[in-house]
Amino acid sequence: MAGAEVIRIQDGRRADPQLCRGRTADGRPCRNRAGASGYCKRHEPGAGRAATPAPSRFEADLERALAFLRRRVTGAYAIDDFGFDPDLTENVLLPILRPLFDRWWRVEQRGLENIPASGPALLVSNHSGTLPLDALMMKLAIYEGTGRHCRLLAADLPFRLPFVGEIARKSGNTLACAEDSTRLLDAGEIVGVFPEGYKGIGKPFRERYKLQRFGRGGFVEVALRTGAPMIPVSIVGAEEIFPMIYNVKPLARLLGFPYFPVTPTFPALGLLGAIPLPSKWIIEYGEPIQTAPFTPDAALDPMFVFNLTDQVREAIQQTLYKNLMSRRSVFF
Amino acid sequence: MAKQRVLITGISRFLGGHLARRLEQDPDVGEIFGVDLEPPSVELARTEFVRADIRNPLIVKVLQATEVDTLVHAAVIATPGRAGGRAQMKEINVTSHPRTGYAKDAWEVENYARSFGRRRPDVGLTILRFANFIGPQIDTPLTRYFSLPVVPTALGFDPRIQLLHEDDAIEILVRATREQHPGTFNASGDGVVYLSQALRMAGKIAVPIATPFMNLLGSAVRQTGLVDFSPEQLQFLQWGRVGDVHRLKTMFGYTPRYTTTEALRDFITRSKLAKVFSEEQAEQWEKDLYDFLARLSRRRSAPDAAKV
Repeated sequence: MAGAEVIRIQDGRRADPQLCRGRTADGRPCRNRAGASGYCKRHEPGAGRAATPAPSRFEADLERALAFLRRRVTGAYAIDDFGFDPDLTENVLLPILRPLFDRWWRVEQRGLENIPASGPALLVSNHSGTLPLDALMMKLAIYEGTGRHCRLLAADLPFRLPFVGEIARKSGNTLACAEDSTRLLDAGEIVGVFPEGYKGIGKPFRERYKLQRFGRGGFVEVALRTGAPMIPVSIVGAEEIFPMIYNVKPLARLLGFPYFPVTPTFPALGLLGAIPLPSKWIIEYGEPIQTAPFTPDAALDPMFVFNLTDQVREAIQQTLYKNLMSRRSVFF
Repeated sequence: MAKQRVLITGISRFLGGHLARRLEQDPDVGEIFGVDLEPPSVELARTEFVRADIRNPLIVKVLQATEVDTLVHAAVIATPGRAGGRAQMKEINVTSHPRTGYAKDAWEVENYARSFGRRRPDVGLTILRFANFIGPQIDTPLTRYFSLPVVPTALGFDPRIQLLHEDDAIEILVRATREQHPGTFNASGDGVVYLSQALRMAGKIAVPIATPFMNLLGSAVRQTGLVDFSPEQLQFLQWGRVGDVHRLKTMFGYTPRYTTTEALRDFITRSKLAKVFSEEQAEQWEKDLYDFLARLSRRRSAPDAAKV
């Protein structure tokens, strides 16, 4: 129709008596034409419900999915300065990981009460598994357990890779540097760090569950400066997903990767070798190590920083041993 | 007290011209001189236009003759296309051997300025690092990029971008000229957007292109002269740029009126970009699709219910 009237989504259109007064599942005003009662067929209160069946679960899901798609198509979502996109993370990225979490590795969480319901915390975890799937599982574990998002600190490499870098940013992670981690903690976020770095994730299978050197303790300095508590995290199970029996160093150097793994199945079985083994996982969060009692100047004392680093490292190592003992076998 | 005497380089360009216009309205600003090779594009009342080349040593004569107490160097060129190519742009920005790109230029300009500041501590020096400008009037490679019907992006990369609205850019320049703000400041609107998100807000269709082919395409497009895809901008399409604007707000004392998203929205609505589809359309599709699929599922379950 030539003279069609464009109705704005603003408050003005609320006054339009021809439109339904109900709201859709995601809280937006319904855009359907209203009947005599002032509501459309779907939002008719009381008696109307009997005539038209209540929206089924399928319909509710469909409505949510379509609303999500509309937001993506029109760019109507917010991201923070680090590029964290909660809409995408909660609706797409984390749900993709859920089957791995629930079915494949049957991740068990212990000590969730040690994670604060609000305010900053620095999670310090062991790192293993050839590919950083332990980091992804930790992220999902925190979200499942507390509803909060854990902002991981990662090496430069993933952010340089196409696709990987994009997803890493959108799911809320950033470069492991003092500036970014300080900003995140000051904003009251949960930040996850893996001080072993490549030494931990790329270590040979025979050294499993032996914590590597913890860098220079930069994470402790950040915790001291921001006063955020440090929570030791011990992840059991990730060591067995891709057991690395050999590291082809020349090939790694050629490709610019920190290591090139040979596992029992990779590269012998090609893409099949990329399927991780279904080990049984336990993630335990230890008692928080408070840094608030110390002054920020403590970060300038190398001995003090070293001792605190060692304390966190020891806590993780002891919990790893304890949980390894409690696991019946690698797979159960 | 004597009135402020200001000299602005790059007066023919958007920022230089609009800065002069704002200063003209200020009774405390005395004479204003604008230096450039081309006359100003903005209509100016009392600004004196000096046709001079800042690469020429004669510019010193201009400075001495005008007896200015404030110099605004708004002629740092980030757009090689208009200045007649990269080599020439380099020479305008700084006079030394070219290495790479605008970032390098900007860095060198800053270094020159800073060493000047050290030699002359009596002169207040403000260095502004602007994010990408956007707005309904300003013409930049980014606004031209957003005006393309189909927009090339880098496959597998989604850069975060920060934007500064043209009104805020002018306001910041005016304040830097009129007030004392020694130091270096990142200047941008609050917040960031992903390039993909910005394009969707603008209702554009993005065409991801594998990065090895982007340089090829860039030089092909550059030949047509429609849009300027320098290697610099291709880098930007891959990595973007985000700065911390904390110092601008606390020390410089100005919070841009437009956030990055608001600046973008203002640009989209006021420059009347041709959208491939609109938000209203998207909502209509959402509703139609829902009605269709819900009816489909009802029809499937209805016969079963009748059987029971």
